[in-house]
Amino acid sequence: MGSEQTPAPKAGVTRLEVTDEDRRVAWLATAAVGLSLVDAAIPSPLPGVKPGLANIVTLVVLIRYGWGTAVWVSVLRVLAGSLLLGYFLAPGFFLSLTGTTLSLLTLGLARHLPARWFGPVTLSILAAFAHIGGQLLLARLWLIPHDGVFLLTPVFAGAALVFGTLNGLIAAKLLADTPAAESPPDA
Amino acid sequence: MSIAPWLPLVRPGDWLVFLAGTAVVAVSVPLFWQGGIADKAIVRQDGQVYAEIDLRTRRELQVPGPLGSTLITVEPGRVRVVSDPGPKQYCVRQGWLMRPGEIAICAPNRVSVQVAGRTKVYDSISY
Repeated sequence: MGSEQTPAPKAGVTRLEVTDEDRRVAWLATAAVGLSLVDAAIPSPLPGVKPGLANIVTLVVLIRYGWGTAVWVSVLRVLAGSLLLGYFLAPGFFLSLTGTTLSLLTLGLARHLPARWFGPVTLSILAAFAHIGGQLLLARLWLIPHDGVFLLTPVFAGAALVFGTLNGLIAAKLLADTPAAESPPDA
Repeated sequence: MSIAPWLPLVRPGDWLVFLAGTAVVAVSVPLFWQGGIADKAIVRQDGQVYAEIDLRTRRELQVPGPLGSTLITVEPGRVRVVSDPGPKQYCVRQGWLMRPGEIAICAPNRVSVQVAGRTKVYDSISY
């Protein structure tokens, strides 16, 4: 950014080239962070029950630009979102990271499902369940080492189903409304 | 807002995944709530465990206490105090206990029977 104004690099100075891919990841991560903030502003009846609006961005990125870009956008979103909301390296950060990691792994597998039959809604539901599953496991293993944690499972699973479906529908609509400008890579 | 414009966005497999998700949620409710399924009845006499009875069986149990004997009946999935020599009969009138954590206490005769599940539940929690 702003590389036009910078003078020509002297010997021994490394210029970092910003590629189009970098800019795209940055923009998409910004959108995801914005949605994370909206998410945090929505009152929740129970800690952990959140719409997860940022996952809409993850889904669109996954389908448009591939899994690698989706990983970048998600990880940047978790980092920047936690810094902005003030829970960087707090327990919530690790819960968020674990949930995101598991849903990204799930998405990495689920995106190979035949697209004719399984669309963004499937990906979103599976990712939401993986997300909450990862968080519950981490909470059980680390934060609250007691099976009582699992008492909340039905609530979390219900929320994952509802919000997963809604986010999937929104992602599907976004993808349908904005035709791909470039062919999506299969990487 | 009508849902019709959204329907073309849902592919056939999506419906299957949604149904499977609903099934997972439906199964998780009895599995995780109320400490799972009631496994056994723990009978205590004077604070000491007198007997642990598998709730898949059907049997009757006489528990001796300072006032006389308390009669407990176990049926598959539930347990109750049938008779007790105590004056107020609270534990008898409580009827069948079937959820983990439920307890009937016959205080005068120092007998209690509690339902236990896979997960330990609390009758109260303070923060």
